[in-house]
Amino acid sequence: MTAAASAPTQEPTLAIVRPRRESTSSWPLADRLAHLLCWTVGIGLCLLTAAIVLLMLVKGISQLRLHLLLEPPSPSLHQSQSGGFSTPIIGTLIVTAIGTAVAVPAAVALATWLSEYGRPRWLARAVESGIETIAGIPSIVLALFGLLIFARPFFGILSGSANNGSVSGQSFLVAGLVMALLAMPLVASTVLEGFMQLPPRLREASFALGKTRASTTRHVLLPAIRPAIASGSVLGMGRIIGDTAIIWILLGGTLKNVPVGSAPIVSTLRGTGSTLTSYIYSNAVGEGNSHQKAYAAAFVLLLIVLALNALVTRLSGGRSAYLPGGLGARR
Amino acid sequence: MIPSERRADRGADGTGRGTGSTNHDGARATPPPVRRIAPGRHPRVVSSIQPIDDAGAGNGQGDVGVASATARRRAARPTTAAIERMRVESVSLAYGQHWVVRDVSLPVRQGEVLALIGASGSGKTTLLRSLNRLTEITAGAGRAGRITLDGEEIHEIEVNALRRRVTMVFQQPNPFPMSIFENVAYAVRETPAGRGRRRRRLRRGQLEPAVREALRRAGLHDEVGNDLDRPALALSGGQQQRLCIARALAANPEVLLLDEPCSALDPISTAIIEELIQGLRESVAVVIVTHNLQQAQRVADHVAFMHLGELIEYGTAEQVFDNPRQQRTRDYIGGAFG
Repeated sequence: MTAAASAPTQEPTLAIVRPRRESTSSWPLADRLAHLLCWTVGIGLCLLTAAIVLLMLVKGISQLRLHLLLEPPSPSLHQSQSGGFSTPIIGTLIVTAIGTAVAVPAAVALATWLSEYGRPRWLARAVESGIETIAGIPSIVLALFGLLIFARPFFGILSGSANNGSVSGQSFLVAGLVMALLAMPLVASTVLEGFMQLPPRLREASFALGKTRASTTRHVLLPAIRPAIASGSVLGMGRIIGDTAIIWILLGGTLKNVPVGSAPIVSTLRGTGSTLTSYIYSNAVGEGNSHQKAYAAAFVLLLIVLALNALVTRLSGGRSAYLPGGLGARR
Repeated sequence: MIPSERRADRGADGTGRGTGSTNHDGARATPPPVRRIAPGRHPRVVSSIQPIDDAGAGNGQGDVGVASATARRRAARPTTAAIERMRVESVSLAYGQHWVVRDVSLPVRQGEVLALIGASGSGKTTLLRSLNRLTEITAGAGRAGRITLDGEEIHEIEVNALRRRVTMVFQQPNPFPMSIFENVAYAVRETPAGRGRRRRRLRRGQLEPAVREALRRAGLHDEVGNDLDRPALALSGGQQQRLCIARALAANPEVLLLDEPCSALDPISTAIIEELIQGLRESVAVVIVTHNLQQAQRVADHVAFMHLGELIEYGTAEQVFDNPRQQRTRDYIGGAFG
């Protein structure tokens, strides 16, 4: 009753006639506090995001110079001579390319099997919980696991080895492969989600034409979920680009690219190097101790990640008649 | 009260359609192509319910059967001899422990349209889907009895081969997310090239005649023929459904199954598709499931009325609609339930 009485004094100037929003003044105190908390957290998060982006923007732009993007790092006591981060940018691209190239086909295959075959049932369940488990493993544990596996002599071809036969287990190839493992659950679950959202009538239409399950998957279902595959891939890339632990352990932590062997591209892939994340780490707290360059690199990294996020939004809202939000959703 | 009103409606509809029928017959100057019966299959030619002009049989010339059509019907009776394509013998269908169709026997004939009518849950769609073994997609589906295609038990036929011979169009238009051309070509492509020969992926030039022919049969070619590369999903709902019919016809099936093909369409698209169905029955056996009694009356030659999984009545459209033998059929047609 008090709510009704106090209402006109709260919003007396509204000219447009609208039903008044539910007032919280009649709610119990605990509910009102929780309500307030929800608002505070929501607004706080917005402010925090804006602060991060703005701070990186201001700090980054003020520190960013063109030569930083073009010069490789060179260890020096003088900041003016320690170079830029051209090789970390290239390193980021290499690791992301390897990781994505391995993770996406594997994840699509995995999601296809789970969605379209998935027999026997218990095996499908096991695979699903396997994906969830990998998704939950901290990346530093995955990195250690990678080191255990890839430092074996059997995998010597993937990284450098010393004269006594011991294998370093650290290279772009190794880091890329473990990154693929890191990204795969994310890609697989996005693709699987895409399969789940397809209406059964699409499959039936193909079966009713006498098409096999394989043909249906290849020619109808996969094209129909192309936006899901695309956005899953981009999400996976974002995950790879942002990870530091795997890079720190499996890429050797050398600022410059150190090739192994003499073959032109393979030597780089087998060698160690750095990415933007490890460059930021070593400049922010490590031996580099150059905050300015860390800010500039972080700004570049943030730009890449934001661009990828925008790409996800573009792709997932893309034209797919049989996924929500697509062309067919109108009907 | 209600039944008599419905009857009056039907009468009014009937006269309306009667005047329209002359237009329709006039428009159909060239008869639809008659499908050649593939050698090696042995269709059983049975005596048709309707009087058949023997001279017209086989080549589909002339609308000789018009005389036997009732005033209510829009189109002429089929002119070819009815050829029994499929036979449903004492078929019962179950999902798990739940029987949805009980002991149904029916013939499916080329040269006529068979309509399955009945209330929701009467098992008519399940029966339809069992004809090309699409029920098997659902886990736990089972069947008792015999279904034959040209005398051969359909369980003995490789399932994808069967589904190329008995194709289906669904309630919702469901074109694939590709071009118009690709939608139809998909049905033609990858058909096994015969025993011993390797499967060969056909080039566009080789597929195009078949694609255009299928679009012509589905009455869509005039509208889309000059731009086959348009995305199929940019078509209107009625065009999409005709594209689905074209797709289903592209594999040159013996039987075409239609599961409420017009229920998602507007009246004009519905009329176009109904006309199309009547033209198709000469070259392919057509089975249509419909909720719409008027539609069944307009397009069907034979009608099977199902109720709670049982076949209550089967007969010619005239007989079932004008003189139903069973009380339940009378109630349903009169609008007492359903």
